[in-house]
Amino acid sequence: MAFLELQHISKRFGGVRALEDICLTLEAGEVHCLVGENGSGKSTLIKIISGVQPPEAGGRIVIAGTEHTRLTPVESTRLGVQVIYQDLSLFPNLTVAENIAVSGHLGRPRVVDWRAIDETARSAMARIGVVLDLHARVETLSIADRQLVAICRAMAADARLVIMDEPTASLTRHEVDALLSLVRELKSRNICVVFVSHRLDEVMEVAERVTVLRDGRKVGTYDAAEMDDHRLAVLMTGKEFRYDLRDIDLTGRPVVLEVEGLTRRGEYENVDLRVHEGEILGITGLLGSGRTELALSLFGMNPADSGTIRIAGRPLTMRTNREAIENGVAYVSEDRLTLGLVLDQSISANTVVTVLDRLAGRLGLIDPKRQRETVRRWIQDLGIKVSDPANPVKTLSGGNQQRVVLAKWMATNPRVLILDSPTVGVDISAKDGIYEIVKRLAAEGVAVIMISDEIPEVLFHSHRVLVMRAGRLTGEFRPHRTSEAELRVAVNA
Amino acid sequence: MIDALRRFSHSHEARLLAVVLTLGAVLTTATPSFLTLQNLFDLLTSYAFLGILAAGLLVVLVAGGIDISFTATASVAQYLALSFAKAYGLGWAETFGLAIGTGIACGLLNAWLIESLRISSIIVTIATLNIFYGLLVFVTGGQYIYALPDWFSKGIWWFEFVDADQIPYGVNLQILLLLLAFTATWVLLNRTTIGRQIYALGGNRDAAGRLGFHVFGLNLFVYGYMGFMAGIASLAQAQLAQSVAPTVLVGRELDVLAAVVLGGASLNGGVGTVLGTVLGLALLAVMQNGLVLVGISSYWSQFFVGLVILVSVSSTSLTLRRRAGSAVA
Repeated sequence: MAFLELQHISKRFGGVRALEDICLTLEAGEVHCLVGENGSGKSTLIKIISGVQPPEAGGRIVIAGTEHTRLTPVESTRLGVQVIYQDLSLFPNLTVAENIAVSGHLGRPRVVDWRAIDETARSAMARIGVVLDLHARVETLSIADRQLVAICRAMAADARLVIMDEPTASLTRHEVDALLSLVRELKSRNICVVFVSHRLDEVMEVAERVTVLRDGRKVGTYDAAEMDDHRLAVLMTGKEFRYDLRDIDLTGRPVVLEVEGLTRRGEYENVDLRVHEGEILGITGLLGSGRTELALSLFGMNPADSGTIRIAGRPLTMRTNREAIENGVAYVSEDRLTLGLVLDQSISANTVVTVLDRLAGRLGLIDPKRQRETVRRWIQDLGIKVSDPANPVKTLSGGNQQRVVLAKWMATNPRVLILDSPTVGVDISAKDGIYEIVKRLAAEGVAVIMISDEIPEVLFHSHRVLVMRAGRLTGEFRPHRTSEAELRVAVNA
Repeated sequence: MIDALRRFSHSHEARLLAVVLTLGAVLTTATPSFLTLQNLFDLLTSYAFLGILAAGLLVVLVAGGIDISFTATASVAQYLALSFAKAYGLGWAETFGLAIGTGIACGLLNAWLIESLRISSIIVTIATLNIFYGLLVFVTGGQYIYALPDWFSKGIWWFEFVDADQIPYGVNLQILLLLLAFTATWVLLNRTTIGRQIYALGGNRDAAGRLGFHVFGLNLFVYGYMGFMAGIASLAQAQLAQSVAPTVLVGRELDVLAAVVLGGASLNGGVGTVLGTVLGLALLAVMQNGLVLVGISSYWSQFFVGLVILVSVSSTSLTLRRRAGSAVA
């Protein structure tokens, strides 16, 4: 039986059309994926289902057989609709038990019944087989455990439809597996689970149906079994992505970065690698394989215990990243939001922060004209969509933020560019833009190291791929002679 | 039970308690005049004003806000209530009602400004501090009131004792109000759904809004509660001073803030307990009192208060960082 039915739902904000004539049915006990790029209307649709926003006249919302014209958040909660946002909306300062039972505090002011709170939490956890310390403060838990608390809270509110926004974004593979088995448990209790994502990820394993949104319209609802990454990408973007794999051998070009016997105990061992002028070297491996630690060492932020690093033949101590920067090494971090950008500062300030000394005019003060020119040049070169470089970086989309980070490092005119998971949290079409930029930089002679756990990313956009496992480089692959499956086996072996 | 004890032994409050007891023990051996009932009652009486305000400020900090204006609020409340009391012959209930009402009104105004204009609470309350205080000094010309109603001047005096030197002490108005303020705040924060909503609001404001908490209403309550406590504290202070002085209260707000922060309340909201605030106040009181008793110039007292705050806050942040570090590893 259908738990929820949406008919002809449209929504405008000012002049912008967020949703256009969406029809969607969610069955009880079904696992449904809602995918689309940023701005495709996913979040607006969630807001309409949870009663935060009303649809325009003509739309119908039918929940459990009853039509609701004026759905409010309180009403939708009562009907069993629970949204678990990406930030989980937990209270870090309160205990697990109180977080699970927190909606019991609502309503007429009264005396708190602490025993009832523990009881509510315990029974919600028992229902789906979760074990957590009831009296631990949520801020002391891991992200995965916090997610469990959020799911238990939905259970305590008698959820019949649980909508999870990007649930796997910050989980390890092991934690994702635990989450997926929990989802199967919810399903067996006839609860409908909706995953919302802009990635093509693990949740597809348990989904039965997939609904794709693009530009506020529903592209279609499909059987999950007949869906693959490529097809989904085409449906989400409306574009065909074809990456040609030509065999380009650049190992004859001059070596820019040469690493020999690099070891840091507990992280990586005996790493030898060479990157040539204009070459894109992909490094892939699981989380914890040592790939990020290696990258940080090459950038001088995680000194190796032994081994040598040479740039254009010159040995470096690589004890500080200042030395690395002076020798033309640039690093774009995995977590661009926390390490790469000062979100509240302007696009302009973020772009030039690495080259402030080169902008200094007389008296050592920054020359505003030189700053403007540098910023304009990189915004143009990297195709960053900006209304005003004085706006804070946080006003940009993920893909454009990533480009600002690239701009910041490109302004240093690097010889070696290290990219750690350059497209995490970026839309497919924005990803493509970033790949284009990387290829162009390589064509200009920059040696690029691209680290990623997305196999297609390294496979389709590198000249050579190295596989890292448990701190060692275990294999070298040529993309045009390697299939995705082969590489996957090498990574997971 | 054992579980709860184990948790307590790792808490900020436990460490604070240890510090206060150690300091008390040192002072007891250093000077015979510290650990006397007389001195302890004197301490309670003279720190009642700060303590009552601290109880109110704790609630504001837990909710994720801050209030700087409460000393000005108290000055206004005190002046209004006691000048009307004398002029119109008001009794206890009316006088307290007037002071509390004034306090709540000022608090609600703060909450309304903060929430409807979405300005940070520290800015709003610095502004209202100056507005309340400026108006009061302008209207009154800074004149003291010495003519208080007789019943007010006499105050209350329960469980009176006389010590060996025939000096009387007992539960007076200040101590009574202080106990009431802490008890009421403890019940509010730990035993009512509103109190728990205040913790939740301070912990994650966005989440509170999403779950359907009435964020505006909660803020009205929180700043109103601060105003309520300011009204009460103002009368406790006026009764002790036996006068109303429009210019002496403003300036003490940082002492109150110091006590609450020493007690472990976080300026980021969501964290803080009544026990912690009591101990923070106790530390402040014992330290200042001890310095005087052992004969160190009272000019040093501010220096030591600052030092203790610095040490306390950095030790808390170090523990947190160590804990965060071990959680990652």
